[in-house]
Amino acid sequence: MSETLEKTPGVKPLPRYADVSLIRNKFAETVQEIIEAVSEVTIVAKREGLVELMTFLRDEPSLCFDYLSDIGGVDLGEFASPRFAVAYQLYSLEYNHRLRIKVFLEEDDAHLPTMWSIWKASNWLEREVYDMFGVTFDGHPDLRRILMPADYEGYPLRKDFPIKGY
Amino acid sequence: MLRRPDPLADTLMTVSLGPQHPSTHGVLRLELVLDGETVVKATPDIGYLHTGMEKTMEKEKWQQVVTITCRMDYLNSMGNDLGYCLAVEKLMGVDVPRRAQDLRVLLTELNRLTSHLVWWGTHAMDIGAMTAFFYAFTERERVLDIFECASGARLHQSYFIIGGCRYDVPTNFLPLVADFLKEFPKYLGEAKKLVTGNKIFQRRTKGVGIVSKEDAINWGLSGPTIRGSGVNWDIRKAEPYSGYDTYDFRVPVYDGGDVWSRYLVRMDEMEESWRICNQALERLKEPGPVLSNHPKLELPNRDLMKQHIDVMIHHFLIASEGFTVPIGEVYQSIESARGELGYYIVSNGEERPYRVRVRAPSYVNLSALPAMVEGQLIADVVAVIGSIDIVLGDIDR
Repeated sequence: MSETLEKTPGVKPLPRYADVSLIRNKFAETVQEIIEAVSEVTIVAKREGLVELMTFLRDEPSLCFDYLSDIGGVDLGEFASPRFAVAYQLYSLEYNHRLRIKVFLEEDDAHLPTMWSIWKASNWLEREVYDMFGVTFDGHPDLRRILMPADYEGYPLRKDFPIKGY
Repeated sequence: MLRRPDPLADTLMTVSLGPQHPSTHGVLRLELVLDGETVVKATPDIGYLHTGMEKTMEKEKWQQVVTITCRMDYLNSMGNDLGYCLAVEKLMGVDVPRRAQDLRVLLTELNRLTSHLVWWGTHAMDIGAMTAFFYAFTERERVLDIFECASGARLHQSYFIIGGCRYDVPTNFLPLVADFLKEFPKYLGEAKKLVTGNKIFQRRTKGVGIVSKEDAINWGLSGPTIRGSGVNWDIRKAEPYSGYDTYDFRVPVYDGGDVWSRYLVRMDEMEESWRICNQALERLKEPGPVLSNHPKLELPNRDLMKQHIDVMIHHFLIASEGFTVPIGEVYQSIESARGELGYYIVSNGEERPYRVRVRAPSYVNLSALPAMVEGQLIADVVAVIGSIDIVLGDIDR
C-alpha cells in the first residue's frame, strides 16, 4: 500500500466550510446565531433582511456563494413553536466551501421572500418546500404545487400528515 | 394533442409531450406552446412517480433507509446508498474500513458506467439511432451480473450500509470484474465509432440547447450537465469522499454548453470510471474487514453469543431496536451519475431519522429545461431532455 493511501483516514477529508465571521457584525439584525457542528457552519437567520444577507453572501468577493445547492424544509412538530425550519445549502464554486442558512418560521406566519432574483435554482426548490410544507414564498414567479396534483389538499411532509390512509 | 377551438384564429398551438412518450425517460409531461415548429414556452409537469419516499424514510430505522434510497434514482442506486451512508456516518463520526471504501468506489463507478450506458443508448435512440440501445443494454447486463454476484440483487442492491458494506464479496467477484474491465475499452471504442463519429448525430446535437457558464451555475446545474458548459466542478475532486482523492483520474470538461458537449463529457467519463475501477480492483486484492467495528453497527460474533448472555442481549437490541444517532444535522453531497446528490439529514437522537431531505440532481437540472428549449425546434426538445440525463424516479422521489 502506498504512502498516500496510508494517510487517508476514514470518511474524511470533510468539505471545507466557510469563514463567515465578517457577516456577524454587518448583519447583526438578521443573523441570530452562528453554529459550528459536525464541521459544518450554520447561520440561523431571521426573515427580515434575508434577501440582503443572501445577496451579500453571493456578491462578497471573499465568500462568493455563487451556487445554491438545496432548499430543504423541516417540520419541527405539530406543537412546536416555531414550527418550521427552512435550510438553504450554499456552495461556492470559486472557493469550494459550503454554508447553511437556516430560518425558523411560525405556523401562522409561514412565508419567506423568494431567492429567485439571486439564484434561479431556487425556482423549483421553493416550489417543493411550498408543496410539501405549505411555506409560501413572496414574489416567486410561479408558486404552484409541483409534485402533488394541483387540487391536492394538505401538506405531505408535515408531521401531522398521516403516513397511512384514513 | 390539444387544439384550440379555431386553429386559424391563433397561430400558437399547445402540444402535450408525454407522459408516455418514450423520449421522456419515464413519466415526464411537457406542455409545449408552439409557433409552427418553434417552441415558444415549455412547462414541465412532474410528480407522476411521487411516492413520498422522504416521508417513508422518517418511519424506517436508520439502517433500513438504504432500501428506500436505492429505489429513488434506480439507475444509480449504489451512489444513492453511498450518499445516505456517508451522511449518517459523518453524523455518527464512524470511520469506514479501507476495504469497504474501495468496494464502495468500485461498485459506485461500475454503477456510473451502467447509468451512462443507459443514457448513451436511450439518448441515441431519441435522436434516431436504434442500434446503440441494444449494444448498451447488452454491456449493462454484464455489470448487473457483477452487482448480483456482490449483493444478490441486480438493480436495488442495498449493498452499502451504515458503517461499510453488508458482507464481503464472494471469491468469484474479482475475476468477474477483471474480465469485464478487460473487455470494456474495446466496447467503448466501438460505441464511439457507432455514434460519436456519426455525422447525423453530430448535426442533431451541435449548437442545440446551449447553456452558458454563468447560467449553468445560476440555475444550479450539476454533474456532466454543468461540465458540458465549461465549469470544472466534480465533487469527487472538490470534496473527496471514500478516498477518491487517492485515485488517479481526470475530470472531462467541454466548453460548448450544447448537447454535443454534454455528450462528450459523459463519453469521456466512462473512460475515467473505467480507470478508477481498475485502480480499485488492484487495491481489493488485499483482504480486510468490510464493516466498521463500531459496537452498534457490527453484529456480535456468533460463537460469543452462544456463551455470554450480555452479548446475546446486545445482538437482540441491535436487531430489534436498531441504534440511535447523535442529535444534529448534516449535509453530505456526492457526485452521482447525474450530478450533486445531497442528503440533508436531521436527527433528534432517536432510532429513526427525523427528516431526510434529498437534493436530487435531476430535479434541479430539469428545472432549467424551459430555458434550454425555448426558442428551439420541437425536434430538439428530445435531444435536450436526453442530454441532461434525467431519471424520473430521482425527480419525483
